[in-house]
Amino acid sequence: MSDLRLHGDTAPPMRNGEMVFEAPWQNRLFGIAEAMCQQGYFDRNTFRVYLIRAIAQWEAENLGQPDHDYAYFDCFQVALAELLHDTAAIEASVLEDRVLELKARPHGHDHDHDHDH
Amino acid sequence: MSDQPSPQSLRTEAIETLLIEKKLLTSADVDTVLTTFSEQVGPMNGAKLVARAWVDEGFKARLLEDATTIIAEYGFEGGQVDKLIVKACSESVHHVVVCTLCSCYPWAVLGLPPRWYKDPGYRSRIVREPRKVLTEMGLTLPETTDIKVWDSSAEIRYMVLPLRPAGTEALDETALAELITRDAMIGVAAIETPS
Repeated sequence: MSDLRLHGDTAPPMRNGEMVFEAPWQNRLFGIAEAMCQQGYFDRNTFRVYLIRAIAQWEAENLGQPDHDYAYFDCFQVALAELLHDTAAIEASVLEDRVLELKARPHGHDHDHDHDH
Repeated sequence: MSDQPSPQSLRTEAIETLLIEKKLLTSADVDTVLTTFSEQVGPMNGAKLVARAWVDEGFKARLLEDATTIIAEYGFEGGQVDKLIVKACSESVHHVVVCTLCSCYPWAVLGLPPRWYKDPGYRSRIVREPRKVLTEMGLTLPETTDIKVWDSSAEIRYMVLPLRPAGTEALDETALAELITRDAMIGVAAIETPS
């Protein structure tokens, strides 16, 4: 494989701790899962089981895809949503409804102050 | 360019807002986690251990014997390390770390994992053909050097103690720590001799 794309990852030590997220939602998603874990709503091993399953599913559905299409945080999101559903924290249907609500907002209006249009 | 959030972004926001409404989480909880990982945890924790081991044989022996206790003594907790095992490279044996199933990683000492660590290609190929993968990643080892691959799990995380490069005899522990990279502590790079 020639696409490990490691160039740029050999940053000096003081910069090695950089966040490796490619989009803000990935950063936030990680923070949500970690915070839930730290507060004891589920343990790491349980989350890991869901994550492994989500990754396996993704890999089965994407055989032959170039590695750069790998969607780790998509899998992470699937795993977290399924775990929250199974633990009755957030039912899948409730999550879908909320996604639709958020999607219905006017573009650029994802903040919480009032607008007159 | 559209400013419509991506489906993943919407779904993440939906999860967070629902958890907040159910009083299972606050935005501040999430902010605290992210601040901790970005500012307080990082590969410098691991680098401190490596540098100390390079200058203190007794410490090195303890680190190889019981790294879990050592990181507790250093206060490097709060990440995903239940049991940490450190593997020391030598001229005859090189160690490299992977998680073949997902992305288990010693976050308390190395911070957040690099993107390629989660890559299916790395996770599968480093086990099958480690020498070739390491060469592709820029680390060419002598044919006489054995390569051992350590598969991390939820219970056990591994970190590599790289070889101290030649020409660093005059450097103190702090200066040595600055040479040490995250990739070297995963085992996919060597520490360069400082110019």
